Amino acid sequence: MKIPLILKKLFRRRIVLGAAICLLVVVLVALLANVLTGYDPNETAVSQRLSAPTATHLMGTDELGRDLFARIAFGGRYSLTIAALTALGAITFGTLFGLVAGFFRRLDAPIMRLVDAMMSFPDILLAIALVAILGPSMLNVVLALVLVYTPRVARVVRASTLVVRELLFVEAARAVGVSTARILWRHILPNLMSPILVQASFIFAYAILAEAALSFLGVGVPPEIPTWGTMVAGSQQYAHDALWVVLFPGFAIILTALSLQLLGDGVRDLLDPRLKKSM
Amino acid sequence: MNSNPTALRLDVRNLSTFFDTDEGLIRSVADVSFSIRPGKTTALVGESGSGKSVTSLSLMRLLSRTDSTQASGQALFTNRAGETLDLLALPEPAMRRIRGNEIAMIFQEPMTSLNPVFTVGEQIAESVRLHLGLDRTAALAHALRMLELVEIPAAAQRLHEYPHQLSGGMRQRVMIALAMACNPTLLIADEPTTALDVTIQAQILELMRRLQLETGMSILFITHNLGVVAHHADDVAVMYAGRIVESAPVRALFASPRHPYTQGLLACLPAQQRKRELANGETRGKRRLYAIRGQVSSPLAPPPGCAFEPRCDHALAACKEAMPALEPAGPQRAARCILVSEAAPVVTETA
Amino acid sequence: MGMLVVMALVAVIVFVLTRAASGDPITVLLGDQATAEDIVRVQKEYGLDKPLPVQFGYWLKALSQGNLGQSIFLQRPVTQALWERAEPTALLALMAVFIAAAIGVPCGIVSAVFRGKFIDQFLTGFAMLGASIPSFWFGLVLMQIFAVSMGWFPVSGYGDPGASLAERLHYLVLPSVVLGVLNSALIIRFTRASMLDVLGEDYVRTARAKGLSEKVVVLKHALRNALVPIITVLGLTVALMIGGAVVTETVFGLPGVGNLVVSAVLRRDYPVIQGALLVIAMIYVVINFLTDLLYMVADPRVKY
Repeated sequence: MKIPLILKKLFRRRIVLGAAICLLVVVLVALLANVLTGYDPNETAVSQRLSAPTATHLMGTDELGRDLFARIAFGGRYSLTIAALTALGAITFGTLFGLVAGFFRRLDAPIMRLVDAMMSFPDILLAIALVAILGPSMLNVVLALVLVYTPRVARVVRASTLVVRELLFVEAARAVGVSTARILWRHILPNLMSPILVQASFIFAYAILAEAALSFLGVGVPPEIPTWGTMVAGSQQYAHDALWVVLFPGFAIILTALSLQLLGDGVRDLLDPRLKKSM
Repeated sequence: MNSNPTALRLDVRNLSTFFDTDEGLIRSVADVSFSIRPGKTTALVGESGSGKSVTSLSLMRLLSRTDSTQASGQALFTNRAGETLDLLALPEPAMRRIRGNEIAMIFQEPMTSLNPVFTVGEQIAESVRLHLGLDRTAALAHALRMLELVEIPAAAQRLHEYPHQLSGGMRQRVMIALAMACNPTLLIADEPTTALDVTIQAQILELMRRLQLETGMSILFITHNLGVVAHHADDVAVMYAGRIVESAPVRALFASPRHPYTQGLLACLPAQQRKRELANGETRGKRRLYAIRGQVSSPLAPPPGCAFEPRCDHALAACKEAMPALEPAGPQRAARCILVSEAAPVVTETA
Repeated sequence: MGMLVVMALVAVIVFVLTRAASGDPITVLLGDQATAEDIVRVQKEYGLDKPLPVQFGYWLKALSQGNLGQSIFLQRPVTQALWERAEPTALLALMAVFIAAAIGVPCGIVSAVFRGKFIDQFLTGFAMLGASIPSFWFGLVLMQIFAVSMGWFPVSGYGDPGASLAERLHYLVLPSVVLGVLNSALIIRFTRASMLDVLGEDYVRTARAKGLSEKVVVLKHALRNALVPIITVLGLTVALMIGGAVVTETVFGLPGVGNLVVSAVLRRDYPVIQGALLVIAMIYVVINFLTDLLYMVADPRVKY
């Protein structure tokens, strides 16, 4: 009877439901961008530059006359892809390190010191430094962000692993002679799913914000690639005459990051009743 | 329990407390009625989850004030001035004047019940200043007297110490001192000795008995320990699954329990079992300790009729149909069982 | 001590990062203008003909002497460049922390006390929102509204060389509001969680059982216990501000450390990148350590 109860709880929390729907909408808009808008995001029309939102241009046009809604919709593909890949990578490596650190006592201290050292750098600075080394490209931004966020995931996974490891059924499995790898894979990992899922949601959100900041500073993806961050970077000097060129990409970022964080929070509340008391 | 013409200290009538949770409506306390005589101790007995603590918190109105908690019924309390107030209907400011003043409460976990960042003396003095209006010096002096009252050695020094510097037994004494500080007429003690060593338990219970004799306060003693009940209570109310199933003066309850649950509880005591064996002429053989079969039903899925029916050896078909009412079952006695009424024969205990 | 290990690892990471960025360490140290003699001299001096770990040793030695190298573009020692830029960043960080705390702590308390009610949901939502807003966007929008359109504040910069402290602060208002408001989100959430933890403790129930008013229970009994974790989070927030300053300084054209790092990256000024990263990371480690220490000192139950 557990599944229907969870769904029932989900529906009771309308905000989380709303966040999930918003996120879905954003993803769909990005995926179906070419269906939803007739405009080419790269097609310039200088005669129509910086025009305010109207019926024909739902969000107005930017400094080169490109339709803003089209750019945001298509740009979403890039921003969301980068962030999703980052989340995937950070979760994979973070779980790996966290699991190993939490389960094998002798590796715990060295791995955690390394994690502490990595987390001693402000996220943005570390990302900037890494992109500076690797060179500006979409892939490198993903790699840099994965390196930045992996320690965070590792810490969370390690903490959860420590808890699960002490549960009796793990001892029982060991006593029966189950191999370590099997214990990790079949017994411990499934119990880490809920904190991992929660972290995935948050890392996705952080990655959206980080990529935008990097691109805005000019140290992220090359300016030709229309992510939400590069859009703001490119149009910022026109903010006085046409605030919407900065406003709308920002809204896209905010909406996506907010939905992801609300979702992560909601999932955490649902799946871990012990935390309900304090959060 | 309500035949005494002079005013009862506390007369609880049909107290019910509901919790609205994600899983459904939980009736933690349902239709609870019992009374406490002035200067006497009433024990509220039951196993974990029977609703005893929720009852006491409901009376003090200390349940968390969220929408999902609802309490109904009456709790008629007679204060020092002789006025009778319904605790459940009082506005909050009036209730605050009663808490810690007329009615005091001590809890089960002395280790965590005192604020770690204030000294013991400050915490007692705070209550005194609030209710008795004393200034700081006088309040601390009063606090010192209270510490001496509860027989804490080196009280003057302890006054300025922090809770973590005291042992569990000491902390519970401090809690008692805190409770007694404003000379309450009713002390609610929620399992005050459960978390303490056995030797300390006896000391604390003795202390409470002595304070009761000296001040004439009533005590509502919540416990699951029948041995303590036998020695320290004057009246007993037995709870099961949120309801009172039997109430009686202590001697009468132990001599002839009427409700099958009470009988079961008493039968569990090894000493009782031994008595029965001797009475039945059984020689010492290998006997298993008696335990009531089955388990308490989940509060989300209560049985249709009597809550105890699934576990009762005397259950009849009619027991499944409706929850029996709490009926008089003798002088100052009541029981919630269709087998028990003035007319029906007394059911003898079985092993 | 764990902290020393971490600091050592940080040094290694910075060393590796900058070596990876620019293959030629001599360019890193001297710049493009190095002559052949300089190159040979430096090679000998820094043992650059020796294996990598030895080079690391020399670098550490230079560090211990306070030598972070020479900036390629600014023509001065990195240490000096950092020092010159420290004031705006420090002031910005402090002002922002003050704003974040002034908003965050009271809102967190209110949120915890009225848990589940509308005000709690609103404040928690506000906190979520704050954590979702990109700081550069918020900075641009505020700049547009309050500086460009309404003219209440200067658009960018830090004022003239001889400006007074009051003037400097005027320049810092908008940027610190941006940083402060957005970071208050974390403080609201943390304060709320800390207060809820404490409000669920037994001694709070005892305080209520004494008949104390809810106001006294919350502000005297609960808050004093919740304050210690809150203070430690404030300490961490100071550290976060330094990172957050990077973007904000760029948006508002403040001549601070963050701005320096960004322009150094864009110009490939490796000594500066290396030095700044190292200094900032070390500050982080020290602040974290101090907040841990503060926690131990402030809680009377902990013996050390």
